Amino acid sequence: MKIFKYALLAIPFLYFSCSDDDDSVPEPINEEEVITTMIVTLTPHAPVGFDTVTLTTRDLDGDGPNEPVLEVSGPISSLTSYDGSVQWLNEMEDEPEDITLEVIEEADEHQVFFSASSGLPLAFSDLDTDNNGEPLGVNFIMFPTIEGASASGSITVTLVHEPLKPNGGDLDLALSEEGSIDIQTSFDVVVE
Amino acid sequence: MNCTCSKCGANFTSKLAHAFYSLFFICCINTYSQNCNNKLSIEVVDLHDGTALSDATVVIKELDIGGKTDKDGLLVFENLCSRSFSLIVSHDECETLNIPINVRKNSFKKVFLEHHLHELQEIIVTSTDRSNSRSLFENKISKEVLKDYNSRTLGEVLQTVTGVSSLNTGSYLSKPVINGLHSSRVVLINNDVRLEDQEWGIEHAPSVDINSIDKISVIKGASALQYAGDAVGGVIIMETSREKLIDDLYGGVTTNLQSNGRGGTVSTNFTKTNSNGWYYKFQGTFKKMGDFETADYMMTNTGFSEKNFSLKTGLNRIDHGFDIYYSFFSNKLGVLRSSHAHTSVDIINAINNNIPLYIDDFSYTIDVPRQKINHQLIKIKAFKNYNFGKINFKYDYQSNDRKEYDIRRGDNINKPALDLNLQTHSIALDLESKFDSSSNFKAGVSGRYQKNFPDPATGVKRIIPDYKKYDFSFYSVYDNTFNEDWLVEAGVRYDFSHINAYKYYRTSLWELRNYDELFPEFLVEDQGLNTLTNPKFDFHNLSSNLGVRYTISEGQNIYLNYSISSRKPNPAELFSEGLHHSSARIEIGDLGFTSEVGNNVSLTYNLSNEKSALTVNSFINYVNDFIYIIPVRTTTTIAGVFPVWEYMQADANLYGFDVKYDKQYFDNFFIGHQFSLVKGNERSNNKPLINMPPANLKNSISYNFTDFNNLNVSLESEYVFEQNEYPDTNFEIYIPTSETYTMLETSTPPKAFHLLNLSSSIKFGSNNGGEYKINVRVENLFNNLYKDYLNRLRYFTHEMGRNIMLSVNYRY
Repeated sequence: MKIFKYALLAIPFLYFSCSDDDDSVPEPINEEEVITTMIVTLTPHAPVGFDTVTLTTRDLDGDGPNEPVLEVSGPISSLTSYDGSVQWLNEMEDEPEDITLEVIEEADEHQVFFSASSGLPLAFSDLDTDNNGEPLGVNFIMFPTIEGASASGSITVTLVHEPLKPNGGDLDLALSEEGSIDIQTSFDVVVE
Repeated sequence: MNCTCSKCGANFTSKLAHAFYSLFFICCINTYSQNCNNKLSIEVVDLHDGTALSDATVVIKELDIGGKTDKDGLLVFENLCSRSFSLIVSHDECETLNIPINVRKNSFKKVFLEHHLHELQEIIVTSTDRSNSRSLFENKISKEVLKDYNSRTLGEVLQTVTGVSSLNTGSYLSKPVINGLHSSRVVLINNDVRLEDQEWGIEHAPSVDINSIDKISVIKGASALQYAGDAVGGVIIMETSREKLIDDLYGGVTTNLQSNGRGGTVSTNFTKTNSNGWYYKFQGTFKKMGDFETADYMMTNTGFSEKNFSLKTGLNRIDHGFDIYYSFFSNKLGVLRSSHAHTSVDIINAINNNIPLYIDDFSYTIDVPRQKINHQLIKIKAFKNYNFGKINFKYDYQSNDRKEYDIRRGDNINKPALDLNLQTHSIALDLESKFDSSSNFKAGVSGRYQKNFPDPATGVKRIIPDYKKYDFSFYSVYDNTFNEDWLVEAGVRYDFSHINAYKYYRTSLWELRNYDELFPEFLVEDQGLNTLTNPKFDFHNLSSNLGVRYTISEGQNIYLNYSISSRKPNPAELFSEGLHHSSARIEIGDLGFTSEVGNNVSLTYNLSNEKSALTVNSFINYVNDFIYIIPVRTTTTIAGVFPVWEYMQADANLYGFDVKYDKQYFDNFFIGHQFSLVKGNERSNNKPLINMPPANLKNSISYNFTDFNNLNVSLESEYVFEQNEYPDTNFEIYIPTSETYTMLETSTPPKAFHLLNLSSSIKFGSNNGGEYKINVRVENLFNNLYKDYLNRLRYFTHEMGRNIMLSVNYRY
């Protein structure tokens, strides 16, 4: 009965195969896909007298209990429009990884949505596009809807993975099939 | 004639064991016996209901002769000399009995075979025809199950047992729930081997092919101490049928096609047995299904494929034997595409949409999210009978490999998000013995080594950490029949476990939960973002059981059982920490958990006679330090808001009852009823427990056209009530884009539903002695659209719509 012999022979190997790395400390995991940081940089069109505004959210412990830390560098002016750009980073890794490149590479599978809370005199336009000419939103323009108005409210930036395109800029429509939210953060801002 | 050993000249001064004594006894009988014309008639009956058991094997050990009982349970041995013999009486569905008998003249012996004390229900998946034996109704369920469920999962098959429901993830992934308890609280024994397949996860279905099983027994409550001490819910025992001691070749082929999923199953098996005891068997199954559909729409990406086979070979003699068993189970199954949610907003969108957000045309493609499971089992078992009893030795090795693929981006698209490998070795030594003819004694020791390896190459934080676990246990069970009416069973078991884990905690969580102060000894290194820890635990658990069976009259029994079971927290309960991508929730375990201790009292009344069978089972389970997971709050991450599910530990009470009543009218008309109810709440504040199965009522009628190839037509109705007792864990979530608050209604149970199933089968013999069985079954006859509270994907989709199944079974 050869089969028994083979089966019996197999036993020591089975033991062997699972005892080769005894007592070794598991290696740390490079959490590659995590996005810890989103920086929205708003550069004023007017060359002088206005500051660049950055909106930053940083959640260094990822899914850990610490909530993201939000930072708005200063007030937004309703006297100028801004060139906007979004950057995503994974700062968990020793060398922070710029996820933005990946988003741009897979532009047709991503889209950034911007919205201002009601009463906030801001609007968004001229989103950059993917290969199909559909909006991507890594770069955009933000402009005041009422020049010189002042208000406070929030700007919500949403990064959607696998949005339904075209969606006419409707976030709900973008999420209506396979789309899901990668990042969504509301920044409290002051417009003056 | 009288024959004493003094006549043989042997002088026993030492206390030799009884069997040695009788050996000499035999020699002396052989020498002096004159009368060898005795006739011994044996009748084998079922202890529960007194019905005759056909096909029971009766062997006279000393003469090595044997035979099978006929349809009246009778077997006659002739030309026996006057002496004492040992009879070994066995039957596929019963415990083997060893009965000493003295033959002096023509004798008659009635042998009572019985099931395990608490085997309240059993399902015979493939069995020999026993239409003349036992209660008709159990029999009927067995056949239904055999025909209808060969393309199904274990969880679905077990649902046919009263008091057992299933917890599902979508339409194919299901796991059994016994009296409201599941996962680590339900121990599965496959071919004598405790299944180690990462059973802690709700979305982890048991890695078992039901086609490889001939018999399933459900032992509710924790009274199966020889198998486990931690089965707070119960034990499910899956066995293959015993090999016959004759020259035979038998087997079968089953094919099953079904409309929903547009796929099918092919399964084949054959067994070759020899009269010298050697045998081998093979069994293989292939399944393939595409997307399932509800009454209204396709459930995109719910197809699966499965390939399994098993081999067994061995030697089966009366007093010794061994077997080697190998089984390979592998499947690949799609998880509903729309169930992939990233944040609470996604879940709210899904719930509000009522149907899945993403519906595509039918396809066999299994895309992400999907699971790929590979489970291998090798078992070597040997037994030998000694004068003091039977010794069993067993070694088994299991490897469970689980890969879960999710929707990822960039270079990671084809990488699994979860890759766990669990390896388990175990070794056990058992003794089965008898003090006298009315008592049985069983004891054993076992050891187990287990290692879990989560592959870091996934690039995703480990959900279950690297760990090694060492178990050691011993048990002893004893039963005694005091007279025909009373049987008492008692058992005790001790389990020791040592867990040695390495885990990277988020430093923020490690500190938030005060682990740095509570468990400073676990700390290895603070690496900033993460903290490497080396948690080590020892658990000492004691379980015990005391049960009584009282036979009121023939076919009428009362069982009362009290059992204490202790379960150590599983790795998920201890170590979970972080976002579980497949369910868009953050899960957090607790290193401070202690063992959960269940005190289960159950009272069962069973009445069965020729035309009806009634079983009423009631139970109370006082579980101290019950561990459960429940949403406690929401937390914000950069991605958005997530519900946080925390494992909690609190005293809880579960109680309920099941009733099953079957009745035969006329000769071939059957009506069956089943009802089960379970309630669970926290002891201190009466808060209902989460995920308790709602009450359900099943009724069936069936008619047998015995003159027409045993054509059977049956109609089943299943009504599942709305669960009205549940913990309210709905949260209000702020949606920034619409500047509104919306309820995240994850806890609200769905409405009650009612389903009708119709099935019909016909059976006929083929020319070469084989047997065909054709079965047509329609489930959800009226194509109802409904949701099930015990389906984890109920937020995203309805249940399966109408399903027409055709199965052809050929046995030779």
